[in-house]
Amino acid sequence: MTAPLLELSGLTVDVATDDGGARTLLEGVDLTLAPGEALGLVGESGSGKSMTMRAVTRLLPRAASATGAIRFEGADVLGMNAGELRRYRDRGVGLVFQDPRAHINPTRRIGAFLVEALVRSRGVGRREALARAAAVLAEVGIDDPQRRLGQYPHEVSGGMLQRVMIASVLLAEPRLILADEPTTALDVTIQREVVAILDRMRRERGMGMVFITHDLDLALAVCGRVAVMYAGRIVELRSADTLHERAAHPYTLGLLGSRPSVDARAERLTAIPGRPVSAFESGPGCAFAPRCSFATAGCESAPPPLADFDGGVVRCARVQEIHAARMETKA
Amino acid sequence: MARLLLHRLGGLLTTLFLSSVVIYGSLYLAPGSPENVLFGSRSPSAAARAAVRRRLHLDQPLPVRYWDWLTGVLHGDLGTSMVTGQPVADRVGSGLGNTLLLVVMTMILVVLFGLAMGLTAALLPGRVDGVVNALTSVSVTVPSFVASALLISVFAVRLGWFPASGLGQGFGGRVDGLVLPAVALAILSCGFLARVTRNAVRDQLEREHVQTALVRGLPRAVVLRSHVLRNALPPIITAIGLLTAGTFASTLVVESAFAVPGIGQLTIQSVAQKDFPVVQAVALLLVAAFVVCNAAGDLIQAVVDPRLREAGSTS
Repeated sequence: MTAPLLELSGLTVDVATDDGGARTLLEGVDLTLAPGEALGLVGESGSGKSMTMRAVTRLLPRAASATGAIRFEGADVLGMNAGELRRYRDRGVGLVFQDPRAHINPTRRIGAFLVEALVRSRGVGRREALARAAAVLAEVGIDDPQRRLGQYPHEVSGGMLQRVMIASVLLAEPRLILADEPTTALDVTIQREVVAILDRMRRERGMGMVFITHDLDLALAVCGRVAVMYAGRIVELRSADTLHERAAHPYTLGLLGSRPSVDARAERLTAIPGRPVSAFESGPGCAFAPRCSFATAGCESAPPPLADFDGGVVRCARVQEIHAARMETKA
Repeated sequence: MARLLLHRLGGLLTTLFLSSVVIYGSLYLAPGSPENVLFGSRSPSAAARAAVRRRLHLDQPLPVRYWDWLTGVLHGDLGTSMVTGQPVADRVGSGLGNTLLLVVMTMILVVLFGLAMGLTAALLPGRVDGVVNALTSVSVTVPSFVASALLISVFAVRLGWFPASGLGQGFGGRVDGLVLPAVALAILSCGFLARVTRNAVRDQLEREHVQTALVRGLPRAVVLRSHVLRNALPPIITAIGLLTAGTFASTLVVESAFAVPGIGQLTIQSVAQKDFPVVQAVALLLVAAFVVCNAAGDLIQAVVDPRLREAGSTS
């Protein structure tokens, strides 16, 4: 087995509150990513998926602190000094943010944004950097790249700006791309194109990717494995091919059941009752128990461990029984 | 950009024209007729009064007098002082240099110290921010006449570092004499600019695009300069423009306190002596300074933020 590209073990993020206490946002997240692999991180808002990405890039809010370990190609990310962190951010990871309008400086030209990292951190000449930028813009499907380089962000569409952001990440040629809901802010028609570009570029360059989304289908389409998060913990992790058939955690089952589908028979969509909770709101037991139709009294008292089940890992105390019951109704 | 320039220039001329009407009109609506000022306590014969009124063109209707004055001003003829008989342009011109120098010195102090304090407070949250905040809270409550009195008593009377009133010979002498007046004017504005700068920089530091710059591994200095400071400039420029304009008005008080022979002192003298032509010229000059400062601020902002360049052309 090759050495992992990214390895999270027991990653926990706490944020200090004004009254002197602390709230847990992430609790004991374990993940490994092989070089060139794509992993989906799926969950509702507040489930901790974006916080995971922020921790990986050390972009946590001032009041937050991370414990546990984050290893990138073996290097301890949480222990890096300022210089090492800059190098790691420059060459190691690239981040595609959700909202390019807010995440690209509105007062500078697109060309300046694209070449900035090359010129400032790598000493590439401005002219050479602009030529590379134009080439990458063409690759991500932007026509007339020369003209775009001279335009300002407010002069182009959101979809094009997201491609500019993807291009900026590709220019840096990182080993790992973190995509944080890269299509959520875009029109539905543009979403598919942008995801396809991201997927193709990543494969061509052999980059690893963590794809964060609340859209389970989107994650299944572009990722080899998918991790489902709930209340700051991973509740299920398995390969994308088998998740449809073998999903075992009640929350994953709920997510699968609540999606509308074109070829479905006139079945009613099943909604998950209640509202999603954050890690700090959950009680001592399973965080999903209050919303779970399979929950028993035991679920609320002790937290279930993440255990191997049916080719994946699942965090559910009753997974065996639930699985058996489902198989019975199917048969 | 060219359209924005034209747009601002049009607005500038309109403002100047309207304020010239108001200035000219209001002075002649004010109680006390100009010829009475000349006669003082004497009571002239009807013939003498009529002669003076004719000489001052007071026998003509107001619109005609305004028109004569306006065409004169546009040709560089500001009229003649009713008190000294000198051309108004000479009286104003001799003080203008001092006032401009005072405003420039004040604004150099304001920009240097205001920006430095604001930046420090924004980049060093916690104790440093608290100290700067306390300083600026005090400084924005010190009006320039209070500052003048304090500065004179400490630095001129007790320590004798600077003259208490008047200006010395040559450029060096003038600068020396204007240090205390400039400081008196700068104290309040410094605090104001520091606060604007602190908030603008704080606001940008939390922006998403700054996170992008950080996460791309750019050096901290580059992130601060190209992303934080650059984007924080628009409100800072607006503040500097307004403060410069306000400083012109505040020179009235400070020039009197320090006996600086400038426009401010001239204004107060002329108002006291009811020297209408001089008051008109000075008032118009102050309005012009105000309008020009604001327009300059707007234009510089458009250079900094491309999104503002189109704002002018839509209206």
